[in-house]
Amino acid sequence: MSKERKIRVVIAKPGLDSHDRGAKVVARALRDAGMEVIYTGLRQTPQQIVETALQEDVDVIGLSILSGAHLTLFPRIMGLLKKKGLSDVLVFAGGIIPEEDIPTLKKIGIREVFGPGTPTSTLVQFVRKNAPKRK
Amino acid sequence: MPPSTRVQRLVKGVLKGDKGSIARTISIVENNEPEAQKLMALLYPKTGKAYVVGVTGPPGAGKSTLIEKLVKELRNRGKTVGVVAVDPTSPFTGGAFLGDRVRMQDLSVDPGVYIRSMATRNYPGGLAKATKDALRVLDASGKDVVIVETVGAGQSEVEVVKVVHTVIVVLAPGLGDDIQAIKAGQMEIGDVFVVNKADRENANKAVSDIEAMLELATEKKGWKPPVLKTSAFTGEGIAQLLEFIDQHRAYLRTGVFDERRKERVENELIEALREKITESILSDFRRRGEWKRLTLKVLARRTDPYTAADELLSKPLKPRTRRKT
Repeated sequence: MSKERKIRVVIAKPGLDSHDRGAKVVARALRDAGMEVIYTGLRQTPQQIVETALQEDVDVIGLSILSGAHLTLFPRIMGLLKKKGLSDVLVFAGGIIPEEDIPTLKKIGIREVFGPGTPTSTLVQFVRKNAPKRK
Repeated sequence: MPPSTRVQRLVKGVLKGDKGSIARTISIVENNEPEAQKLMALLYPKTGKAYVVGVTGPPGAGKSTLIEKLVKELRNRGKTVGVVAVDPTSPFTGGAFLGDRVRMQDLSVDPGVYIRSMATRNYPGGLAKATKDALRVLDASGKDVVIVETVGAGQSEVEVVKVVHTVIVVLAPGLGDDIQAIKAGQMEIGDVFVVNKADRENANKAVSDIEAMLELATEKKGWKPPVLKTSAFTGEGIAQLLEFIDQHRAYLRTGVFDERRKERVENELIEALREKITESILSDFRRRGEWKRLTLKVLARRTDPYTAADELLSKPLKPRTRRKT
């Protein structure tokens, strides 16, 4: 029966930058890998992203950010996820994120950070392998 | 957690309008998980209170944007709203890009609104197989109005007419030839016609084209579908659209809907039976030795599928009537 189960992913762009090329490439790659990808559009607040994840019952959230506000916005997103009981959702990030910030982000629960040039196949494998298994 | 406790907890959550419970329940139904039937059995008696509106029309007509405006207007009037937005699944990869929320961003954080994106999973007709049940979950959750947006639709995407009270067909100026093209399917299901993007040129032309088309149609008893211009961009016509929906609702209340509902329920019963019968008979066939033999025979072109089916049917059926749980 579970053959119909699909991995559901939200691809979101928190913050104020409007560079969504990367987000769309990722969304497209995951779609082509057979997943259901919900795209939120630009300039999402942490509340909007978490509400979307909740209402869409997603397994995975991908955050794309190029504005440099990741150290402000990501902790808020992770905090809200926890508050809403969505701690089991796999969260990954991409965009322009300095190397030295990655440990901080991992500590708050962002499972992986992908920089520019990451092959989409790496990403697809990562999501397949780490998406939470539901009973 | 034992499954029965999980079901009880979800039903309780849905009835309270808890978004997490609604979301998980819709997923279970969508994935046809073992608890799906039990969940819907418990929720079904709680349905029938919401007013259900379908929004359909060709891709790019502005359905999602119009729905956003409609929902905002309904919220101003104190109504709670549920939305199910359907987008197509790729027949090649099985994946889907669900982008309707992009047009409804402001609504995400409104506590009185729940929005769910749904992929067709290759179900034909413009909706997903689970859409009907998703609408029921939202109905049971206490939403006053439930809106379903079909995939960008053409001639044959008319499933929506079976699951809603009022069908809104959204068109846009410049689709003149398309109006001809869709007359066979969509022009027959609209209770209200909307020419969206009225801020653009040729909107009046589109309105008169549709009106002319409707003149030719056989009139539905007691209801003449109105045609109006809207602009989801400027907000023009949105209040009027709600007014028409209310008028149509009043029309249905004259007994028209009760009649329709009886027919729907029968059709649904037939569909449910067909599905269960097919499932049980097929699984019986598959367990037989002839199944493999005949498949190979058709593969080798030594017989054709119809003759093979006849051969299978010539032996008595032993369908399982009870579903294993």
